[in-house]
Order: sequence, then C-alpha cells, then structure tokens
Amino acid sequence: MFKDHFVEIRHLSFKREDKLIFNDVDLTINRGKITAIMGPSGTGKTTLLKLIGGQLKPDQGEITIDGNNLSNISRTQLFKLRERIGMLFQSGALFSDLTVFENVAFPMREHTQLPNDIINDLVSMKLQAVGLRGAKDLMPSELSGGMARRVALARAIALDPDMIMYDEPFTGQDPITKGVLVKLIKLLNDSLNITSILVSHDVQETCSIADFIYLIANGKVIGSGTPSELMNNPSLQIRQFMQGLPDGPVPFHYPTQQSYHEAMLHHE
Amino acid sequence: MPQSKIIDISVGLFLLAGFIAFVVLALKISGLTSESWQNTYSVYARFENIGGLKTRSKVTIGGVTIGKVSDIQFDKERYQAIVTLDVFEDIDNLTTDTSAAILTAGLLGEKYIGLTPGADDTFLESGDIIEDTQSALILEEFIGRFLFKAVQKRNDSGNSSANNTSNANIDENN
Amino acid sequence: MNNFLMQLNQFRNNITESLAAIGRAALLLIQSLWFIPDSKKIISLLIKQIYQEGVLSLLIIVLSGLFIGMVIGLEGYNVLSGFGSESALGQMIALSILRELGPVVAALLFAGRAGSALTAEIGHMKTTEQLASMEMMGVDPLRRIIAPRLLAGFISLPILTMIFSVVGIWGGYLVGVRWLGVYEGSFWSNMQASVEFGEDVFNGIIKSLVFGFIVTWIAVFQGYDSKPTSLGISNATTKTVVFSSLAILAMDFILTALMFGDH
Repeated sequence: MFKDHFVEIRHLSFKREDKLIFNDVDLTINRGKITAIMGPSGTGKTTLLKLIGGQLKPDQGEITIDGNNLSNISRTQLFKLRERIGMLFQSGALFSDLTVFENVAFPMREHTQLPNDIINDLVSMKLQAVGLRGAKDLMPSELSGGMARRVALARAIALDPDMIMYDEPFTGQDPITKGVLVKLIKLLNDSLNITSILVSHDVQETCSIADFIYLIANGKVIGSGTPSELMNNPSLQIRQFMQGLPDGPVPFHYPTQQSYHEAMLHHE
Repeated sequence: MPQSKIIDISVGLFLLAGFIAFVVLALKISGLTSESWQNTYSVYARFENIGGLKTRSKVTIGGVTIGKVSDIQFDKERYQAIVTLDVFEDIDNLTTDTSAAILTAGLLGEKYIGLTPGADDTFLESGDIIEDTQSALILEEFIGRFLFKAVQKRNDSGNSSANNTSNANIDENN
Repeated sequence: MNNFLMQLNQFRNNITESLAAIGRAALLLIQSLWFIPDSKKIISLLIKQIYQEGVLSLLIIVLSGLFIGMVIGLEGYNVLSGFGSESALGQMIALSILRELGPVVAALLFAGRAGSALTAEIGHMKTTEQLASMEMMGVDPLRRIIAPRLLAGFISLPILTMIFSVVGIWGGYLVGVRWLGVYEGSFWSNMQASVEFGEDVFNGIIKSLVFGFIVTWIAVFQGYDSKPTSLGISNATTKTVVFSSLAILAMDFILTALMFGDH
C-alpha cells in the first residue's frame, strides 16, 4: 500500500434489493488531491460515499481509509475515524433547530473540550472562510440553498478534517453559486491540503478542479484519468457522458418488456 | 431573558408542578397520613358469612379505624370464611375475648369489621384467632325472616283479619 | 386461484415486515439506551426535550383534565342523586380519574400532541439528512437525538398524568361542591376513605410510566424508521397516533386486570 493512497477500495460489490449497484469496483483516492467520481444519475454515487463513510456495509470487498480497514474496526473506532472526515451533503443537512453559528460549532462542542471564547473565534474563522460570517445568527430556514451549502461546508471543515466528501455540491445551484463553490473546494484543498472526493455529474465544473476522475456506470468503473484524458477518450460510453449526448450506449428509451415494433404488431 | 433560560425555568416549574401534584394526590386525595404507614400485626377471624366484605375494608373499634382487612380465604374443612385483619402495631391491647362483627356503613353502604374488646387479662398476639364473631347482616335474609315472623304472628292470632292479608301472606299460606 | 396465492404471499410479506419492524424497534431501544451520553450533556439535552414533550403538552392536559373532571362531576351527580347518595360523588370522581381516565386520557393526548411531534421531527431530520450528517461527524444520533427524547418521554408523561388527575378531581369538586351543592366535608372525607394511596394513586402512576414508555418508543421508532420523504413522514405520524392509541388501550386492559382484577 502506498502512503499517498488515502482511500483504497478493492473488489467492492454492493447489492440493494437484488439490484447490483456495484460489481467488483476498484478505486484509489490519493492524499491531498481532488478525486471526482462521476456518472449518470442513479448509478449509486451517493451510495459509494455512504460506503466510504461506513454508513453502509459492502456485500463483498474491502474499503481502507488511511490504513483502517472498515470491515475490521469497531463502532467506536469508526466514529473516531469519522471525526477526521467531513462530508457535505446534497441538501446541506444543517440542523434546523440550531443557528448557523451553533451548526458550525456543533462538531467542536461534541468532540473537543475547548472553552467558549476559542470556539467563538474558530467558528468565526470557518464562517469567514466561506464568506458568511455576517450570517452567523440566522436560522437555516432563512438561508438560500447556496448559503446553506456554504454553511455546511464551514461545518464540514470545523474540525480540520483530513478528507472531505462532497455529495453533488453543484446540483440545483445558480451559476454564481456554482462558481463560488468551485472556488471554495479548490481553495480548501490547496490551502489545507485536504483530500477531497467530489461526487457530481456536472462535467464542466468538476473537470475544472478535479485532479483525477473516475467514471462509473452500471456498477462498474468505465473509465478513469485526468479530465483532459477523459475528454479525449475515444470510448463511446465515455464520450456520451462527457459531452452530454442524448443517445448512445446509454439508450434514450428505458428498456421495455417488448420492443415498440412488437407492440405495434400485436396491436394489429 | 435568553430563550434557553426560559426553557430551563419552565422545565423547573413543570417538575415542581409534578411534585406538588404528587403531594396533593397523597395528602388531599388519598388522605395519606403518617398513620397509613404504620406497622401492623395480623389476627384472624372466622365468619359464617362475610356478606360484601372485601380486602381493604376498614377494621374499627368504636368507629375509629385501627386496621384493615388484608386477606379473605375459604376454610375448606369448616365451610367458613377466614378473614385476615391487619391491626396497627400500637393497638397491642386487644383482649383475647374480643368479638368481631361485620357491620354496614349506613343502610346500603360498604361493609367493615367492628371489634368489641372483652374483659380478659390476656391480649391477642400476631397469628391469634378471634373466636367470637358475628356474621354480616344479609338484608334479603333479614327481610325474609321478618316477613315470615309477621305471618306466623298473624296466623297465631286467628284468621279474623283474612280480608287484609297481604300478598306475602297469601304466598306463605299457599 | 392465482389471485388468492398472491394475497397469501402479500399476507406473508406483511407479517415478515411487521416482525422485522418489531426487531428494529427493539434494537433501536437497546442501542439508544445502552449508550446514554455522558451525564453533563444529557442533562441539558433532557431539559430541552422535557420542555418539548412535557411543558408544551401541559396546556392541553390541564384543559382536558378540567373538562373531564367537570363532566364526571355532573354525570356522577345525576346518577348518585337518584339513590340519595351524592356524598359518594368525591369517591366516584377520584377513583375513576385516578385509576383509568387520568392515565389513559393523558397518554392518548400525549400521543397526539408530543408523540406525533416527535415522529415528525425525527422523520424530518432523517429526510433532510441531518441524522446521516450527524453520523458522519462522528456523533451517534441514537445517543444524541433518540436517547434524550426517549428519557424525556418516560419522565414527562407520569408528571402530566398526575397533574391531569389533580386538575380533573378539582374540576369535579367545582361542579359537585361549588355548583351542585354537595356537602364539601363528605365530598373529601368519602374520597379519602376510599382512595388508597398504595393501590389507586400508585397504580395509576405505574400505568402512566408504562404508557409513557410505549408512546415515546413508538413515536421515536416511527420517526427513525420512516421513509425519507414527505409522504413517509405523514404516514409515520399517522402510525404513531394509531399504534400508540391501540397500545395504550390494550395495555390498560392488561394492567387493570393485573392490578385490580383479583377482586
């Protein structure tokens, strides 16, 4: 095992209600890099993050995070490990009964014995980093979607984690917010040397910051490489996704029991 | 005042209200006094008929509660009821010839046991049996007996007043 | 025939699913109570939850208790005065409220007010990934969210029930003594003569402890086990109220039979 592999996934298989979501998948996430996991909707990208976070257990294969094999560690060790991992959920997942300030302070209050004035300073710093120090007394319901995601990001970096997982950070955001988030992810990665896993299907934004991309479809890794390598990949499947073509190896029509032509024949 | 202070105070008041409610239930509603927690000793009494006596019924002397009925069993050999009376410990001078009667509070009220102390020098101890008992007054039997006697009297004094005989009288004659 | 087999199959699936749900509920209970957070944190979490579940239910409990007591006072007077024994009114009001109406009605109201709110709150936290994000922060939601809510429910309902009983008896007193003119002395003395603290009051409190346990458990589990959608939350809330009410009434019968059934 190389020291610069933060996460290693070997022979991962995962089933949900008889549907095979991952079939013998191998992935490596390098330390200090932004690794993007891309693929069409419904390919289980979020499931992959939950597997890495230990919220789901794989049916086969193993996941190793910084030398800890998830299938061998206890519940307590898992929770200890999670303190070093930040995760940005798609919806932000801010605690709706706490203010912005308390949301960011939450992990600090839970995991450290820091006195109040230090927590005060730290939270202000984190909020400053995402540009929302002025919003600290607002409730999550008063925030826009983009602001909620930035607060969630501040919360994710509250304990200075070694790794952050971003679950669809750009989905449903306006271009300005997308730009802000792209800049923030890049900035955090560079300045704090945080390992980042970025799950997304926004090709443009992802390609602009990712160091390495895995492309997943139908439970398999169908391609991997740097953004420019993938863009110029000759494979039809990869081309369809990266360039957003409506028809190709992923068919436009959802498969039916009988073909359209047969159906018409039977009708007559 | 900050929100969290208000919450703390209202929860404190809530718990206090619960405690007060508990005290009210104990003192005002169940009339609990230090007397209710007194230690007791058990004596037994046999009755031919206990009527409507129940466990938890009062045991009194001269109308003052001195204990309660804690158990009612059936004696298979003598075909009698055995009633266990829990008497307060400080009432330690019940004479051995004390008599027990099952009485009724008011005409239709609940049954309770009334004790009448005797003149012996020795006192009842835990596990002793009260021999002198008087069964419950069963209203139906009482009325039946009364009517029967009335009819007999009337028959004895002759049949002159036949016109006035009550229905009961006719039934009896038939 | 095929239809029948399908129904049979469906029935079997339903039973398996119900059993699985009971298993998950038991696991939730054990896991959350086994790992209660450290004492310093649990106190402040508990206070917040007792506020949510207990203090906020107080108004409906007090009002309902008052009205129920007043109705029993009125009805009881009408029945008892027919036998000329109005003086037994206090006894009738106190026993019916302490033994049955207090614990049961307070628990039903608690299920409707606090139970459904608990389910909706936890379901909402699940839907918006708050529970998952907490888990990913290395904070166990069973300890942080579920355990204090369970404990607060266990504590709140018995207190609410005692308050309900006191207010209910006071309502009966208002109607019976103040309005209808039952003699006050006999009202209280008859009540005190017939109400046994160890039996009537204490058993009522035991009942409310059991009900509090059941209602909070059902509410918390339904929220935690709900489908993470709006429809899922509303279904779970309905289930909480229906299941809790049924469980309260069934348990009430069982407990009454055990406590007072032998005479």
